[in-house]
Amino acid sequence: MRVKPKKTRFEKHHIENFIGRAYMSFCVLLLIVIIVSMVYFVASKGIANFVSGEVKVSDFLFGTKWSPEADTPSYGAFPFIAGSFLVTLLAALIASPLSICAALFMTEIVPGWGKKLLQPVIELLSGIPSVVYGFVGLSVIVPFLRNTLPGQGIGVAAGALVLSVMILPTITSVAADALASLPQNLKESSFALGATRWQTISRVILPTTFPAIMTGVVLGMARAFGEALAVQMVIGNAPFVPRSLFESASTLTSVITLGMGNTTMGSPQNNALWSMALVLMLMTFVFVLLVRMLERRNKI
Amino acid sequence: MKPRTADKIATAIIVTFALLIVAILVGLLGYILIRGMSHISWDFLTSAPQKIRAGGGVGPQLFNSLFLLVLTLIITIPLGLGAGIFMAEYARPGRLTNFIRLVVEVLSSFPSIIVGLFGLLLIVNTFNLGFSLISGALALTFFNLPLMVRITEQAFRTVPKQQKEAGFALGLSKWKIVTSVLLPVALPTIITGTILSAGRVFGEAAALMFTAGMSSPRLDFSNWNPLSPSSPLNPFRPAETLAVHIWKVNSEGLAPDALQIAAGASAVLVLTVLIFNLAARFFGRFIYRKLTASKRMN
Repeated sequence: MRVKPKKTRFEKHHIENFIGRAYMSFCVLLLIVIIVSMVYFVASKGIANFVSGEVKVSDFLFGTKWSPEADTPSYGAFPFIAGSFLVTLLAALIASPLSICAALFMTEIVPGWGKKLLQPVIELLSGIPSVVYGFVGLSVIVPFLRNTLPGQGIGVAAGALVLSVMILPTITSVAADALASLPQNLKESSFALGATRWQTISRVILPTTFPAIMTGVVLGMARAFGEALAVQMVIGNAPFVPRSLFESASTLTSVITLGMGNTTMGSPQNNALWSMALVLMLMTFVFVLLVRMLERRNKI
Repeated sequence: MKPRTADKIATAIIVTFALLIVAILVGLLGYILIRGMSHISWDFLTSAPQKIRAGGGVGPQLFNSLFLLVLTLIITIPLGLGAGIFMAEYARPGRLTNFIRLVVEVLSSFPSIIVGLFGLLLIVNTFNLGFSLISGALALTFFNLPLMVRITEQAFRTVPKQQKEAGFALGLSKWKIVTSVLLPVALPTIITGTILSAGRVFGEAAALMFTAGMSSPRLDFSNWNPLSPSSPLNPFRPAETLAVHIWKVNSEGLAPDALQIAAGASAVLVLTVLIFNLAARFFGRFIYRKLTASKRMN
Protein backbone atom coordinates (compact mmCIF):
# COMPACT_ATOMS: atom_id res chain seq x y z
CA MET A 1 0.00 0.00 0.00
CA ARG A 2 1.32 3.37 -0.92
CA VAL A 3 1.44 6.01 1.71
CA LYS A 4 -0.15 9.15 0.46
CA PRO A 5 2.23 12.10 0.92
CA LYS A 6 0.93 14.50 3.48
CA LYS A 7 -0.55 17.63 2.05
CA THR A 8 1.78 20.41 3.05
CA ARG A 9 -0.08 23.36 1.66
CA PHE A 10 -2.36 23.91 4.63
CA GLU A 11 0.06 23.18 7.38
CA LYS A 12 0.06 25.60 10.27
CA HIS A 13 3.16 27.49 9.24
CA HIS A 14 1.87 28.00 5.73
CA ILE A 15 -1.26 29.63 7.08
CA GLU A 16 0.84 31.73 9.44
CA ASN A 17 3.06 32.82 6.59
CA PHE A 18 0.06 33.71 4.48
CA ILE A 19 -1.65 35.78 7.19
CA GLY A 20 1.59 37.60 7.98
CA ARG A 21 2.20 38.41 4.34
CA ALA A 22 -1.35 39.56 3.78
CA TYR A 23 -1.22 41.84 6.80
CA MET A 24 2.07 43.39 5.79
CA SER A 25 0.92 43.90 2.22
CA PHE A 26 -2.14 45.67 3.59
CA CYS A 27 0.07 48.04 5.60
CA VAL A 28 2.22 48.87 2.59
CA LEU A 29 -0.85 49.31 0.41
CA LEU A 30 -2.28 51.73 2.97
CA LEU A 31 0.88 53.85 2.73
CA ILE A 32 0.50 54.04 -1.03
CA VAL A 33 -3.21 54.84 -0.79
CA ILE A 34 -2.49 57.65 1.68
CA ILE A 35 0.07 59.32 -0.52
CA VAL A 36 -1.92 58.95 -3.71
CA SER A 37 -5.06 60.37 -2.14
CA MET A 38 -3.05 63.16 -0.53
CA VAL A 39 -1.62 64.24 -3.87
CA TYR A 40 -5.00 63.84 -5.57
CA PHE A 41 -7.03 65.81 -3.01
CA VAL A 42 -4.62 68.70 -2.61
CA ALA A 43 -4.01 68.93 -6.36
CA SER A 44 -7.69 68.82 -7.28
CA LYS A 45 -8.45 71.63 -4.82
CA GLY A 46 -5.32 73.50 -5.81
CA ILE A 47 -6.11 73.71 -9.51
CA ALA A 48 -9.82 74.52 -9.00
CA ASN A 49 -9.25 78.24 -9.48
CA PHE A 50 -7.25 77.72 -12.64
CA VAL A 51 -9.72 75.28 -14.14
CA SER A 52 -12.74 77.49 -13.51
CA GLY A 53 -10.90 80.42 -15.08
CA GLU A 54 -11.18 82.52 -11.93
CA VAL A 55 -7.43 83.07 -11.75
CA LYS A 56 -4.74 82.61 -14.35
CA VAL A 57 -1.70 80.53 -13.41
CA SER A 58 0.69 83.31 -14.36
CA ASP A 59 -1.32 85.87 -12.36
CA PHE A 60 -1.20 83.59 -9.35
CA LEU A 61 2.51 82.81 -9.55
CA PHE A 62 3.83 86.23 -10.52
CA GLY A 63 1.12 88.66 -9.44
CA THR A 64 2.35 90.87 -6.62
CA LYS A 65 -1.04 92.06 -5.41
CA TRP A 66 -2.92 89.98 -2.86
CA SER A 67 -6.29 91.60 -2.19
CA PRO A 68 -8.98 88.93 -2.15
CA GLU A 69 -11.55 91.18 -0.52
CA ALA A 70 -11.36 94.06 -3.01
CA ASP A 71 -14.13 94.74 -5.54
CA THR A 72 -12.00 93.27 -8.31
CA PRO A 73 -10.12 90.69 -6.25
CA SER A 74 -6.60 89.74 -7.26
CA TYR A 75 -4.84 86.64 -6.07
CA GLY A 76 -1.15 87.27 -6.69
CA ALA A 77 0.86 84.92 -4.50
CA PHE A 78 4.30 86.13 -5.53
CA PRO A 79 5.00 87.97 -2.23
CA PHE A 80 4.40 84.75 -0.29
CA ILE A 81 6.42 82.57 -2.64
CA ALA A 82 9.25 85.09 -2.50
CA GLY A 83 8.97 85.27 1.30
CA SER A 84 9.15 81.48 1.62
CA PHE A 85 12.23 81.23 -0.57
CA LEU A 86 13.93 84.19 1.06
CA VAL A 87 13.46 82.91 4.60
CA THR A 88 14.47 79.38 3.64
CA LEU A 89 17.66 80.43 1.86
CA LEU A 90 18.67 82.77 4.66
CA ALA A 91 18.08 80.09 7.27
CA ALA A 92 20.20 77.63 5.28
CA LEU A 93 22.96 80.23 4.91
CA ILE A 94 23.05 80.81 8.66
CA ALA A 95 22.69 77.20 9.74
CA SER A 96 24.96 75.40 7.26
CA PRO A 97 28.36 76.75 8.41
CA LEU A 98 27.40 76.24 12.04
CA SER A 99 26.21 72.70 11.42
CA ILE A 100 29.21 71.70 9.32
CA CYS A 101 31.54 73.02 12.01
CA ALA A 102 29.63 71.06 14.64
CA ALA A 103 29.87 67.92 12.53
CA LEU A 104 33.62 68.43 12.01
CA PHE A 105 33.99 69.00 15.75
CA MET A 106 32.23 65.70 16.47
CA THR A 107 34.14 63.62 13.96
CA GLU A 108 37.52 65.22 13.27
CA ILE A 109 38.60 67.49 16.11
CA VAL A 110 37.57 65.66 19.28
CA PRO A 111 35.84 62.45 18.20
CA GLY A 112 35.65 61.19 21.77
CA TRP A 113 33.94 63.66 24.03
CA GLY A 114 32.90 65.92 21.17
CA LYS A 115 30.35 63.35 20.07
CA LYS A 116 29.28 62.69 23.63
CA LEU A 117 28.67 66.40 24.12
CA LEU A 118 27.02 67.31 20.83
CA GLN A 119 24.93 64.20 20.16
CA PRO A 120 22.47 64.85 23.00
CA VAL A 121 22.46 68.56 22.19
CA ILE A 122 21.43 67.83 18.61
CA GLU A 123 18.80 65.33 19.73
CA LEU A 124 17.30 67.78 22.20
CA LEU A 125 17.29 70.64 19.69
CA SER A 126 15.41 68.50 17.20
CA GLY A 127 12.97 67.42 19.90
CA ILE A 128 11.88 70.92 20.89
CA PRO A 129 8.45 71.54 19.33
CA SER A 130 8.17 74.23 16.68
CA VAL A 131 5.66 76.35 18.57
CA VAL A 132 8.16 76.63 21.39
CA TYR A 133 10.73 77.93 18.90
CA GLY A 134 8.12 80.43 17.79
CA PHE A 135 7.42 81.47 21.37
CA VAL A 136 11.12 81.97 22.16
CA GLY A 137 11.57 83.86 18.89
CA LEU A 138 8.67 86.11 19.78
CA SER A 139 9.88 86.83 23.29
CA VAL A 140 13.67 86.93 22.77
CA ILE A 141 14.74 87.46 19.15
CA VAL A 142 12.02 89.94 18.19
CA PRO A 143 12.62 92.35 21.12
CA PHE A 144 16.37 92.03 20.59
CA LEU A 145 16.07 92.95 16.90
CA ARG A 146 13.64 95.74 17.69
CA ASN A 147 16.07 97.33 20.12
CA THR A 148 19.28 96.96 18.15
CA LEU A 149 18.33 97.23 14.48
CA PRO A 150 15.88 99.28 12.43
CA GLY A 151 12.33 98.04 11.97
CA GLN A 152 9.75 96.47 14.24
CA GLY A 153 11.72 93.35 15.11
CA ILE A 154 9.20 91.04 13.48
CA GLY A 155 10.13 90.27 9.91
CA VAL A 156 12.33 88.27 7.60
CA ALA A 157 15.42 88.39 9.83
CA ALA A 158 13.56 87.07 12.87
CA GLY A 159 11.95 84.30 10.79
CA ALA A 160 15.28 83.25 9.30
CA LEU A 161 16.98 83.18 12.72
CA VAL A 162 14.24 81.03 14.27
CA LEU A 163 14.28 78.66 11.31
CA SER A 164 18.06 78.39 11.29
CA VAL A 165 18.05 77.06 14.86
CA MET A 166 15.27 74.65 13.91
CA ILE A 167 17.20 73.15 10.98
CA LEU A 168 20.58 72.99 12.76
CA PRO A 169 20.01 69.43 14.02
CA THR A 170 18.92 68.13 10.60
CA ILE A 171 22.02 69.38 8.79
CA THR A 172 24.39 68.48 11.63
CA SER A 173 23.28 64.88 11.97
CA VAL A 174 23.39 64.18 8.22
CA ALA A 175 26.80 65.87 7.88
CA ALA A 176 28.19 64.02 10.90
CA ASP A 177 27.02 60.67 9.47
CA ALA A 178 28.67 61.48 6.16
CA LEU A 179 31.95 62.47 7.79
CA ALA A 180 31.98 59.43 10.04
CA SER A 181 31.46 57.04 7.13
CA LEU A 182 34.45 58.42 5.21
CA PRO A 183 37.15 55.75 4.67
CA GLN A 184 39.90 56.17 7.23
CA ASN A 185 42.77 55.65 4.76
CA LEU A 186 41.88 58.81 2.80
CA LYS A 187 42.60 60.88 5.86
CA GLU A 188 45.66 58.87 6.83
CA SER A 189 47.29 59.24 3.44
CA SER A 190 46.74 62.98 3.58
CA PHE A 191 48.37 63.16 7.01
CA ALA A 192 51.22 60.95 5.76
CA LEU A 193 51.94 63.53 3.07
CA GLY A 194 52.48 66.04 5.84
CA ALA A 195 49.22 67.97 5.52
CA THR A 196 47.87 69.76 8.55
CA ARG A 197 44.44 68.92 9.90
CA TRP A 198 42.81 71.93 8.26
CA GLN A 199 44.44 71.12 4.92
CA THR A 200 43.11 67.58 5.21
CA ILE A 201 39.64 68.81 6.12
CA SER A 202 39.41 71.50 3.45
CA ARG A 203 41.06 69.66 0.54
CA VAL A 204 40.23 66.01 1.18
CA ILE A 205 37.37 65.54 3.60
CA LEU A 206 34.98 68.32 2.60
CA PRO A 207 35.26 67.84 -1.19
CA THR A 208 34.73 64.08 -0.85
CA THR A 209 31.71 64.41 1.40
CA PHE A 210 30.27 67.46 -0.37
CA PRO A 211 27.22 65.72 -1.95
CA ALA A 212 26.32 64.10 1.37
CA ILE A 213 26.59 67.38 3.25
CA MET A 214 24.47 69.06 0.59
CA THR A 215 21.87 66.34 1.18
CA GLY A 216 21.68 67.54 4.77
CA VAL A 217 21.36 71.16 3.67
CA VAL A 218 18.54 70.30 1.25
CA LEU A 219 16.74 68.30 3.94
CA GLY A 220 17.07 71.27 6.27
CA MET A 221 15.72 73.60 3.61
CA ALA A 222 12.78 71.29 3.02
CA ARG A 223 11.99 71.48 6.70
CA ALA A 224 12.34 75.26 6.74
CA PHE A 225 10.17 75.68 3.65
CA GLY A 226 7.30 73.72 5.17
CA GLU A 227 7.50 75.04 8.71
CA ALA A 228 4.35 76.95 9.50
CA LEU A 229 3.65 78.11 13.01
CA ALA A 230 7.05 79.25 14.25
CA VAL A 231 7.51 81.43 11.18
CA GLN A 232 3.97 82.73 11.30
CA MET A 233 4.55 83.97 14.86
CA VAL A 234 7.62 86.09 14.09
CA ILE A 235 7.44 87.14 10.44
CA GLY A 236 4.74 89.80 10.70
CA ASN A 237 2.45 88.53 7.92
CA ALA A 238 2.34 91.55 5.66
CA PRO A 239 1.31 90.73 2.07
CA PHE A 240 4.19 92.53 0.37
CA VAL A 241 7.51 91.59 -1.15
CA PRO A 242 9.98 92.65 1.55
CA ARG A 243 12.49 95.31 0.54
CA SER A 244 14.80 94.79 3.52
CA LEU A 245 15.53 92.01 5.98
CA PHE A 246 13.88 93.89 8.81
CA GLU A 247 10.55 94.39 7.08
CA SER A 248 7.69 92.09 7.80
CA ALA A 249 6.66 89.63 5.10
CA SER A 250 4.63 86.45 4.67
CA THR A 251 5.37 82.91 3.66
CA LEU A 252 3.09 80.43 1.94
CA THR A 253 2.65 78.51 5.16
CA SER A 254 1.87 81.55 7.28
CA VAL A 255 -0.82 82.75 4.87
CA ILE A 256 -2.42 79.30 4.78
CA THR A 257 -2.34 79.05 8.58
CA LEU A 258 -4.04 82.38 9.06
CA GLY A 259 -6.45 82.26 6.12
CA MET A 260 -7.76 78.72 6.02
CA GLY A 261 -9.98 79.06 9.08
CA ASN A 262 -11.45 82.41 8.04
CA THR A 263 -12.53 81.68 4.48
CA THR A 264 -15.47 79.62 3.30
CA MET A 265 -14.71 76.33 1.61
CA GLY A 266 -14.98 76.54 -2.16
CA SER A 267 -14.71 80.32 -2.48
CA PRO A 268 -12.05 81.63 -4.89
CA GLN A 269 -10.06 83.00 -1.95
CA ASN A 270 -10.11 79.62 -0.22
CA ASN A 271 -9.13 77.89 -3.44
CA ALA A 272 -6.22 80.29 -3.84
CA LEU A 273 -4.99 79.10 -0.43
CA TRP A 274 -5.24 75.53 -1.70
CA SER A 275 -3.19 76.54 -4.73
CA MET A 276 -0.52 77.72 -2.31
CA ALA A 277 -0.69 74.34 -0.58
CA LEU A 278 -0.18 72.78 -4.00
CA VAL A 279 2.91 74.93 -4.52
CA LEU A 280 4.21 73.74 -1.14
CA MET A 281 3.59 70.16 -2.12
CA LEU A 282 5.33 70.54 -5.47
CA MET A 283 8.30 72.08 -3.68
CA THR A 284 8.43 69.01 -1.43
CA PHE A 285 8.73 66.87 -4.55
CA VAL A 286 11.54 69.10 -5.81
CA PHE A 287 13.38 68.71 -2.51
CA VAL A 288 12.95 64.93 -2.52
CA LEU A 289 14.20 64.82 -6.09
CA LEU A 290 17.24 66.93 -5.18
CA VAL A 291 18.05 64.65 -2.25
CA ARG A 292 17.81 61.59 -4.48
CA MET A 293 20.11 63.15 -7.07
CA LEU A 294 22.65 64.08 -4.43
CA GLU A 295 22.54 60.61 -2.94
CA ARG A 296 23.17 59.06 -6.33
CA ARG A 297 26.19 61.29 -6.83
CA ASN A 298 27.38 60.34 -3.40
CA LYS A 299 27.50 56.64 -4.24
CA ILE A 300 29.93 56.99 -7.14
CA MET B 1 49.62 82.29 5.63
CA LYS B 2 51.55 79.38 7.01
CA PRO B 3 49.59 76.12 6.94
CA ARG B 4 50.15 75.77 10.66
CA THR B 5 48.56 79.14 11.47
CA ALA B 6 45.69 78.42 9.11
CA ASP B 7 45.17 75.10 10.89
CA LYS B 8 45.08 76.80 14.28
CA ILE B 9 42.64 79.48 13.15
CA ALA B 10 40.34 76.95 11.47
CA THR B 11 40.35 74.72 14.55
CA ALA B 12 39.52 77.68 16.74
CA ILE B 13 36.59 78.66 14.49
CA ILE B 14 35.22 75.13 14.35
CA VAL B 15 35.43 74.72 18.12
CA THR B 16 33.79 78.12 18.67
CA PHE B 17 30.89 77.30 16.37
CA ALA B 18 30.37 73.89 17.92
CA LEU B 19 30.35 75.37 21.40
CA LEU B 20 28.01 78.11 20.15
CA ILE B 21 25.44 75.42 19.32
CA VAL B 22 25.78 74.00 22.81
CA ALA B 23 25.34 77.53 24.17
CA ILE B 24 22.21 78.01 22.03
CA LEU B 25 20.67 74.86 23.46
CA VAL B 26 21.61 75.71 27.04
CA GLY B 27 20.27 79.23 26.56
CA LEU B 28 17.04 77.98 24.99
CA LEU B 29 16.33 75.35 27.62
CA GLY B 30 17.39 77.67 30.43
CA TYR B 31 15.17 80.45 29.15
CA ILE B 32 12.13 78.23 28.64
CA LEU B 33 12.46 76.38 31.93
CA ILE B 34 13.40 79.34 34.15
CA ARG B 35 10.67 81.56 32.71
CA GLY B 36 8.09 78.83 32.64
CA MET B 37 8.78 76.91 35.85
CA SER B 38 7.79 79.82 38.06
CA HIS B 39 4.37 79.73 36.46
CA ILE B 40 3.82 75.98 36.71
CA SER B 41 1.75 74.90 39.64
CA TRP B 42 -0.71 72.11 40.29
CA ASP B 43 -3.49 74.59 39.66
CA PHE B 44 -1.98 75.64 36.31
CA LEU B 45 -1.71 72.03 35.21
CA THR B 46 -5.27 71.10 36.09
CA SER B 47 -7.52 74.13 35.71
CA ALA B 48 -9.29 75.17 32.52
CA PRO B 49 -8.04 78.14 30.47
CA GLN B 50 -9.63 81.57 30.80
CA LYS B 51 -10.52 83.65 27.76
CA ILE B 52 -10.24 87.19 29.06
CA ARG B 53 -9.38 87.01 32.76
CA ALA B 54 -5.97 86.15 34.14
CA GLY B 55 -5.15 82.91 35.92
CA GLY B 56 -6.18 80.32 33.35
CA GLY B 57 -4.57 76.90 33.24
CA VAL B 58 -3.91 74.26 30.65
CA GLY B 59 -5.58 71.21 32.20
CA PRO B 60 -7.80 70.08 29.29
CA GLN B 61 -5.08 70.86 26.74
CA LEU B 62 -2.54 68.73 28.57
CA PHE B 63 -5.02 65.88 28.82
CA ASN B 64 -5.94 66.23 25.12
CA SER B 65 -2.30 66.09 24.08
CA LEU B 66 -1.66 62.91 26.03
CA PHE B 67 -4.90 61.26 24.95
CA LEU B 68 -4.26 62.14 21.31
CA LEU B 69 -0.77 60.68 21.57
CA VAL B 70 -2.13 57.41 22.95
CA LEU B 71 -4.79 57.21 20.20
CA THR B 72 -2.18 57.90 17.52
CA LEU B 73 0.22 55.29 18.81
CA ILE B 74 -2.56 52.69 18.99
CA ILE B 75 -3.20 53.25 15.27
CA THR B 76 0.36 53.73 14.02
CA ILE B 77 2.33 51.05 15.86
CA PRO B 78 0.67 48.00 14.26
CA LEU B 79 0.56 49.59 10.80
CA GLY B 80 4.12 50.90 10.97
CA LEU B 81 5.44 47.57 12.25
CA GLY B 82 3.74 45.69 9.42
CA ALA B 83 5.00 47.95 6.66
CA GLY B 84 8.48 48.21 8.21
CA ILE B 85 8.88 44.44 8.53
CA PHE B 86 7.76 44.09 4.93
CA MET B 87 10.37 46.59 3.79
CA ALA B 88 13.15 44.98 5.82
CA GLU B 89 12.48 41.27 5.33
CA TYR B 90 10.16 40.66 2.41
CA ALA B 91 10.65 43.38 -0.19
CA ARG B 92 13.00 42.27 -2.95
CA PRO B 93 14.96 44.97 -4.72
CA GLY B 94 12.98 46.03 -7.75
CA ARG B 95 10.69 48.65 -9.11
CA LEU B 96 7.90 48.14 -6.59
CA THR B 97 10.27 48.34 -3.63
CA ASN B 98 11.83 51.50 -5.03
CA PHE B 99 8.38 52.99 -5.41
CA ILE B 100 7.41 52.15 -1.82
CA ARG B 101 10.66 53.63 -0.59
CA LEU B 102 9.90 56.81 -2.52
CA VAL B 103 6.41 56.90 -1.01
CA VAL B 104 7.82 56.65 2.51
CA GLU B 105 10.40 59.32 1.75
CA VAL B 106 7.90 61.75 0.26
CA LEU B 107 5.37 61.14 3.01
CA SER B 108 7.94 61.82 5.70
CA SER B 109 9.12 65.02 4.05
CA PHE B 110 5.66 66.50 3.52
CA PRO B 111 5.25 69.65 5.60
CA SER B 112 2.96 69.05 8.53
CA ILE B 113 0.62 71.79 7.38
CA ILE B 114 -0.07 69.82 4.18
CA VAL B 115 -0.88 66.79 6.29
CA GLY B 116 -3.25 68.95 8.31
CA LEU B 117 -4.94 70.34 5.21
CA PHE B 118 -5.35 66.87 3.76
CA GLY B 119 -6.89 65.79 7.06
CA LEU B 120 -9.26 68.75 6.87
CA LEU B 121 -10.32 67.80 3.36
CA LEU B 122 -10.61 64.04 3.74
CA ILE B 123 -11.33 63.24 7.38
CA VAL B 124 -13.08 66.35 8.65
CA ASN B 125 -15.17 67.17 5.57
CA THR B 126 -15.46 64.08 3.38
CA PHE B 127 -15.74 61.47 6.14
CA ASN B 128 -17.66 64.02 8.19
CA LEU B 129 -15.87 63.32 11.46
CA GLY B 130 -15.66 67.05 12.22
CA PHE B 131 -13.01 68.69 14.33
CA SER B 132 -12.42 65.83 16.72
CA LEU B 133 -9.82 63.81 18.56
CA ILE B 134 -10.21 60.96 16.11
CA SER B 135 -9.60 63.29 13.13
CA GLY B 136 -6.50 64.59 14.85
CA ALA B 137 -5.27 61.10 15.61
CA LEU B 138 -5.74 60.03 11.98
CA ALA B 139 -3.89 63.11 10.70
CA LEU B 140 -1.06 62.40 13.12
CA THR B 141 -1.07 58.84 11.79
CA PHE B 142 -0.23 60.09 8.30
CA PHE B 143 2.47 62.15 9.92
CA ASN B 144 3.89 59.42 12.13
CA LEU B 145 3.51 56.35 9.92
CA PRO B 146 6.56 56.93 7.67
CA LEU B 147 8.65 57.49 10.80
CA MET B 148 7.46 54.19 12.30
CA VAL B 149 8.18 52.36 9.05
CA ARG B 150 11.69 53.72 8.97
CA ILE B 151 12.36 52.93 12.63
CA THR B 152 11.12 49.35 12.22
CA GLU B 153 13.08 48.79 9.03
CA GLN B 154 16.30 50.07 10.53
CA ALA B 155 15.81 48.05 13.69
CA PHE B 156 15.30 44.85 11.69
CA ARG B 157 18.31 45.55 9.51
CA THR B 158 20.63 45.78 12.51
CA VAL B 159 19.75 42.25 13.67
CA PRO B 160 22.74 39.98 12.92
CA LYS B 161 22.21 37.72 9.92
CA GLN B 162 23.22 34.62 11.86
CA GLN B 163 20.10 34.90 13.99
CA LYS B 164 17.94 34.53 10.91
CA GLU B 165 20.06 31.78 9.43
CA ALA B 166 19.91 29.83 12.67
CA GLY B 167 16.15 30.07 12.52
CA PHE B 168 16.06 28.76 8.96
CA ALA B 169 18.45 25.95 9.91
CA LEU B 170 15.99 24.85 12.57
CA GLY B 171 13.29 24.66 9.91
CA LEU B 172 11.15 27.50 11.18
CA SER B 173 8.78 29.27 8.86
CA LYS B 174 9.63 32.79 7.77
CA TRP B 175 6.80 34.34 9.76
CA LYS B 176 7.88 32.43 12.86
CA ILE B 177 11.44 33.70 12.42
CA VAL B 178 10.20 37.27 12.06
CA THR B 179 7.95 37.17 15.11
CA SER B 180 9.93 35.03 17.54
CA VAL B 181 13.55 35.52 16.51
CA LEU B 182 13.98 38.89 14.87
CA LEU B 183 11.29 40.96 16.59
CA PRO B 184 12.58 40.44 20.15
CA VAL B 185 16.09 41.46 19.09
CA ALA B 186 14.81 44.50 17.21
CA LEU B 187 12.33 45.50 19.90
CA PRO B 188 14.56 47.77 22.03
CA THR B 189 15.48 49.89 19.00
CA ILE B 190 11.83 50.01 17.95
CA ILE B 191 10.70 51.09 21.41
CA THR B 192 13.37 53.77 21.64
CA GLY B 193 12.42 55.08 18.22
CA THR B 194 8.72 55.00 19.00
CA ILE B 195 9.11 57.02 22.18
CA LEU B 196 11.26 59.57 20.34
CA SER B 197 8.66 59.84 17.58
CA ALA B 198 6.01 60.23 20.29
CA GLY B 199 7.91 63.30 21.43
CA ARG B 200 7.63 64.73 17.93
CA VAL B 201 3.93 63.97 17.75
CA PHE B 202 3.38 65.50 21.16
CA GLY B 203 4.75 68.85 20.02
CA GLU B 204 3.02 68.87 16.64
CA ALA B 205 0.61 71.72 16.12
CA ALA B 206 0.21 72.66 12.45
CA ALA B 207 -1.34 69.34 11.47
CA LEU B 208 -3.76 69.51 14.39
CA MET B 209 -5.08 73.03 13.93
CA PHE B 210 -7.20 71.88 10.99
CA THR B 211 -8.16 68.45 12.30
CA ALA B 212 -8.47 68.30 16.08
CA GLY B 213 -9.73 71.86 16.20
CA MET B 214 -8.80 74.94 18.15
CA SER B 215 -11.29 74.73 20.98
CA SER B 216 -11.93 72.44 23.89
CA PRO B 217 -15.43 71.91 25.24
CA ARG B 218 -16.09 72.01 28.96
CA LEU B 219 -14.89 68.67 30.23
CA ASP B 220 -16.30 66.80 33.16
CA PHE B 221 -13.51 64.67 34.55
CA SER B 222 -15.88 62.57 36.63
CA ASN B 223 -17.74 61.39 33.55
CA TRP B 224 -15.90 58.46 31.99
CA ASN B 225 -18.60 57.37 29.57
CA PRO B 226 -16.84 57.59 26.19
CA LEU B 227 -20.06 58.44 24.35
CA SER B 228 -21.16 61.45 26.36
CA PRO B 229 -20.15 64.79 24.78
CA SER B 230 -18.62 66.24 27.94
CA SER B 231 -16.60 63.14 28.75
CA PRO B 232 -12.84 63.52 28.35
CA LEU B 233 -12.67 60.06 26.78
CA ASN B 234 -15.11 60.81 23.97
CA PRO B 235 -13.05 60.54 20.77
CA PHE B 236 -15.56 62.54 18.73
CA ARG B 237 -15.23 65.83 20.62
CA PRO B 238 -13.05 68.70 19.45
CA ALA B 239 -9.75 68.92 21.28
CA GLU B 240 -7.21 71.70 21.43
CA THR B 241 -3.79 70.33 22.32
CA LEU B 242 -1.07 72.01 24.34
CA ALA B 243 1.03 72.94 21.29
CA VAL B 244 -1.97 74.47 19.49
CA HIS B 245 -2.84 76.33 22.68
CA ILE B 246 0.63 77.89 22.83
CA TRP B 247 0.28 79.06 19.25
CA LYS B 248 -3.19 80.47 19.87
CA VAL B 249 -2.23 82.25 23.07
CA ASN B 250 0.78 83.83 21.36
CA SER B 251 -1.05 84.86 18.20
CA GLU B 252 -4.44 85.94 19.48
CA GLY B 253 -4.42 85.59 23.25
CA LEU B 254 -6.62 88.12 25.03
CA ALA B 255 -5.89 87.22 28.64
CA PRO B 256 -3.63 89.77 30.38
CA ASP B 257 -1.21 87.03 31.42
CA ALA B 258 -1.04 85.47 27.93
CA LEU B 259 2.76 85.61 27.86
CA GLN B 260 3.08 83.85 31.21
CA ILE B 261 0.62 81.18 30.10
CA ALA B 262 2.61 80.66 26.92
CA ALA B 263 5.81 80.46 28.96
CA GLY B 264 4.32 77.95 31.39
CA ALA B 265 2.80 75.84 28.65
CA SER B 266 6.06 75.86 26.68
CA ALA B 267 7.92 74.68 29.76
CA VAL B 268 5.42 71.87 30.26
CA LEU B 269 5.78 70.87 26.60
CA VAL B 270 9.57 70.92 26.67
CA LEU B 271 9.70 69.06 29.99
CA THR B 272 7.44 66.36 28.59
CA VAL B 273 9.63 65.97 25.51
CA LEU B 274 12.69 65.76 27.79
CA ILE B 275 10.97 63.06 29.82
CA PHE B 276 10.19 61.19 26.58
CA ASN B 277 13.86 61.36 25.60
CA LEU B 278 15.07 60.06 28.94
CA ALA B 279 12.39 57.38 29.00
CA ALA B 280 13.39 56.24 25.51
CA ARG B 281 16.97 55.70 26.62
CA PHE B 282 16.08 54.04 29.91
CA PHE B 283 13.35 51.84 28.50
CA GLY B 284 15.40 50.68 25.54
CA ARG B 285 18.21 49.60 27.82
CA PHE B 286 15.86 47.95 30.29
CA ILE B 287 14.09 45.85 27.64
CA TYR B 288 17.36 44.95 25.97
CA ARG B 289 18.65 43.60 29.25
CA LYS B 290 15.39 41.70 29.84
CA LEU B 291 15.30 40.07 26.43
CA THR B 292 18.96 39.29 25.93
CA ALA B 293 21.70 38.16 28.25
CA SER B 294 23.94 41.15 27.61
CA LYS B 295 24.47 43.92 30.09
CA ARG B 296 24.88 46.84 27.72
CA MET B 297 23.18 48.11 24.62
CA ASN B 298 25.49 49.38 21.96
